Parts: sequence; structure tokens; C-alpha cells
Amino acid sequence: MKITFITAVCLSLMISLQASAQAKKPAALASPAASVAAGQKIYLQYCLSCHMMDGGGVPNMNPPLSNTSYVKGDKSKLIKVVLNGLPPSTDIDGQSYSNTMPAQTALTDQQVADVLTYVRSSFGNKYPAIKLADVKAAKGAKKK
Amino acid sequence: MKRNILKYVLPAALLAVSISLYALKADTGVAPDADNAGLKLPEGFGALKVADLGGQARHLVVTPEGLIYVKLNRLKDGKGVLILKENATGKADVVGGFGNYIGTGICIKDGYLYSSSNYDVFRYKLNAKNEIIDPNSPEKIITGLKAGEHPTKSIVLDNLGNIYVNIGANSNSCQEKDRQQGSMGIKGCPILDSAAGIWQFKANKLNQTYKDGIRYATGLRNVVGLDWNQQDNQLFVMQHGRDQLHSIFPTMFTDKESALLPAECLYALKKGDNAGWPYMYYNQMEHKKIMAPEYGGDGKKEAIGNFIDPAAAYPGHMAPNALLFYTGNMFPEKYKNGAFIAFHGSWNRAPEPQAGYFVVFQPFKNGKPFGDWEVFADNFSGSVAKTAAGRADHRPCGLAQGSDGSLYVSDDSKGSIYRIVYKK
Repeated sequence: MKITFITAVCLSLMISLQASAQAKKPAALASPAASVAAGQKIYLQYCLSCHMMDGGGVPNMNPPLSNTSYVKGDKSKLIKVVLNGLPPSTDIDGQSYSNTMPAQTALTDQQVADVLTYVRSSFGNKYPAIKLADVKAAKGAKKK
Repeated sequence: MKRNILKYVLPAALLAVSISLYALKADTGVAPDADNAGLKLPEGFGALKVADLGGQARHLVVTPEGLIYVKLNRLKDGKGVLILKENATGKADVVGGFGNYIGTGICIKDGYLYSSSNYDVFRYKLNAKNEIIDPNSPEKIITGLKAGEHPTKSIVLDNLGNIYVNIGANSNSCQEKDRQQGSMGIKGCPILDSAAGIWQFKANKLNQTYKDGIRYATGLRNVVGLDWNQQDNQLFVMQHGRDQLHSIFPTMFTDKESALLPAECLYALKKGDNAGWPYMYYNQMEHKKIMAPEYGGDGKKEAIGNFIDPAAAYPGHMAPNALLFYTGNMFPEKYKNGAFIAFHGSWNRAPEPQAGYFVVFQPFKNGKPFGDWEVFADNFSGSVAKTAAGRADHRPCGLAQGSDGSLYVSDDSKGSIYRIVYKK
């Protein structure tokens, strides 16, 4: 019980530290602190168990979220990974990962934008935020 | 005259015998590295680093002549199996390689080396010195096996000319939508007809497919470590238990429960056994078979069905990648016929600390687990913090026994090959 409490305290401390660190970043990076903080909560709940606390993934099983073409590349492609998932053994930057990425159907469009904004500004990533409009546009593109 | 000959020959013969005995002893006396290759071991044991292959060294096998065959999960210079040759100090150099396929399984039995890709099993005839006669023309004995989310094929032979192959499940828990929160199990879990079990084939028959094999045991999500127990004349396997109880059913399981559950189970198998995946998992703290939440469970309801009990159970997600029954004479008596298990290390415990990255010893008595398991070789990860973060320097993956009774361990992170010896 005590340990759970301490973990919770540590976790919330980390979140607030991270959030304040993000808030201090120059506005040019366009990572609104609110979206990052909300995205981190989503990350801890839905992504952490496979992609790990440091976003490093698991060798051969779950891909890393830092220094990867999927995260730094085309926004629409990245959004669709979260919306639709990825089959096992998808080739990512020349490596194969055996686990399924499930479609994150429980997330709202805003939550998808937030979690990707968090991922794109964490783990050494410094890429522009994903906005709600980007998610809606990616969904629209899917229906074509 | 005759007596005279005896007088000279006998001492000479005795001398020769004692020299060769001494030589044998010296041969088994390879010196451990000063730092025991970075490992933490029980009193009296030491370790040396035999080689650094820089690649994903999965399973391995060692011959009495000091040849080590290592199966790789990523090709090195176009080769999927490396051949190493030991020198007198116990260090080994790569002297060759063969096979243009990646994979995990490798073993030697009755004059053949068997090696698996993720779809096929090959065998190579050996000469009297356990060298492969023609590395470029193996016999393909099994082909066309399924390879999904758990693609690797581990192999072992019995004493009657049969080979046993693990075929892993193509999903975590046979959900309608793999690993998706709240998604329920597919009725009847159709994949069980061709995966999530151990298949038996003939070791000497070419081009066998599913129709030629027997589904020897089912309900095994994924097995990487397996061995034939010579005392029981029986197959033992280590199952990788299912992942993500919490993230799939967050209202039923806490993070902490999900980090420890379900057990990683050791099973003693008989033909026709069903270990229960995906319908159940094993709770090692309550010693109960629990109904999987995907199939109507709530974390408490016990499983209904004719499912076997594990022979032993270990904490969750530590990923048992190798099992070896120790039959050597080098280690102290308590190790004889007991089981070594290489736990590759967990990832599915976050946000709780990760665990494993060690080799465990499970005592056996009369062919059954007897008493508590203990950590035998530790610190493959490099530190407690690296273990907790799941960012290990080395990850134990394969086990092999040398003819002198040394225990070899492979690492599929950096490709280190370790040899553990008893010094006293």
C-alpha cells in the first residue's frame, strides 16, 4: 500500500516535472503544455505497457518511439497507426517487431492528438504538435 | 623375460594413465575471468566469457571437441548459425558459419545437428568429430510451419527418433482484436489447430508438414525453453504466459497484479495434454488455474476444463527462453538432474519494475521439482537499476552443457557466450 502510494506520488511528480519542463520550451516548438500533459496521462494508461517508460520499446517485440521514421515522419501515417493499429512483423526502419499494435478505439480524436503531441515532444523527440484538425483530416483521408 | 617386460611396462602404463587423467583434469580446469564475466554466482562457481559475437545469439550447443554451434536471430555475414572453436583457455573464435536463415532452435542428437528457421527444421549430418559434413545441403525435415506473433521454433529430440517443435500462438490471448482493451476471446480459438502447442515429427523424414506431424500437446501460448528429461524420459517445457491483464482489463486487475500474473509455468508433458491457453492462466500465489477474462473470467473464477497443472510456477513475464536438465558431473551433487532455466527478462511489468535477466536453478528429486527455485547466475543486466528499467546489457537466452559439465549461456542482446564452471 505504502509502495503504491509512493509510486503514485513519484509518478505525479514526474508528470508535473515533465509538464513544467515542456511548458518552459520555446513556443516555436508549438507543443502546447496542456496537450502534452494530457497526452502523458494517455500514454501512461494506454501505451506504457508496450512502449515502456522511456519510449524505448522492447527489442524485436515493440518498436521504440524515439528516433523512428514513424514518429518523425508523415503526421497522417502516424495518426493512422494509433487509430487502426499495425499488424505483427511490420517492418519499421529495417527492423521487424513481432507484437500487434492494437487500434486505440477507446481514444477520442482530441486524446489521439494529445498523446501523439506528447510522444513527439518526449523521449528525445522534438517534432511539432499534432492538432485535433490533423486527426480529423487523417480520418477523412482514411474514408476515401 | 616376461616378468622383466611387466616390470617396465606396468609402471609406464600407470604413468601414461595418470598423465592422461591429469590432462583430463587440466582440460576441465579452464580459468574463470577475474570478474567472472560480470556475473554473480553461488560460492565456488566462476564464469568466463567465451566469445562476443555482437549478434542475437539464441540457442546453442557444445560438442566434446570444443565446437560451439550458435543459432542467430539476425544473419551475421549472411550466416544464421555460427561455428566457434574453443582454445585451451576456454576462449573461442568464430571458425565458420552456415545457413541463410534466422531462428532460435538448435540441438545435436545421434550424429545430426538440427537447426530451425521460423518456418522449417533442417538437419545436417556430422562426422566423428561432430563437424558438419556438408553445410550447404541440409535435409529439410519439416516445412511450412506457421510463424505469427511468436514466430520462433524451439526443438528437442526424444530417444525414439522423434523431434518436438514449438509452434507459438499468433496472438496474446486469442482476442477478437489482439491486445485491444476489452476485446473478448474468439470462440473455440481456431488457431489451436495449427499453433499454441508442441508438435511431434519424425527426425529422419524429409519435407514433413502439419499433416505428417502430431499435435503432441496443446494450450501452450508460446514455448521457447524445452528439454527432454532423461530420468523421466519425458518432455518438459517452459511456457511464456500471456501479457497485459491490466491494460486489456483495467477494472479487473491492478498494475501490480498484472506485473506478477500470470505465472511462467514449467510443464511435464504427456501426449494429448492441454495446458489451457487461451482459456485460463495460472496464479502462482494462490496455486490455482484461473479462467481468462477474455473467456468469462474475472480474475477469481477458477478455470473449467481438463487442463493440466504446472510442475512448477514462477513469477510473471520473466520470459523463460531456455530449459536444461543438468546431467554433468562438474557441479555439486544437488545440481544433478535438476533444471536450469534462463529467464530472458520481462518487459510487461511497467510501470512496476521489470524482473528476470538471470539463470535460475530448480531442484529436482526423482524426476520432479523438489523445493524452491533459486537464482543461480545473476547480473546479466549489469545493475539492479538496468533490470528494473528493462534496459539490460545482456539477456540470457540459451543454455548448453559442455562435456566436462560446464554450463554455457548465450545472450541475444550483445551475443556474449558465457561458460560457468565449478572451481572447487
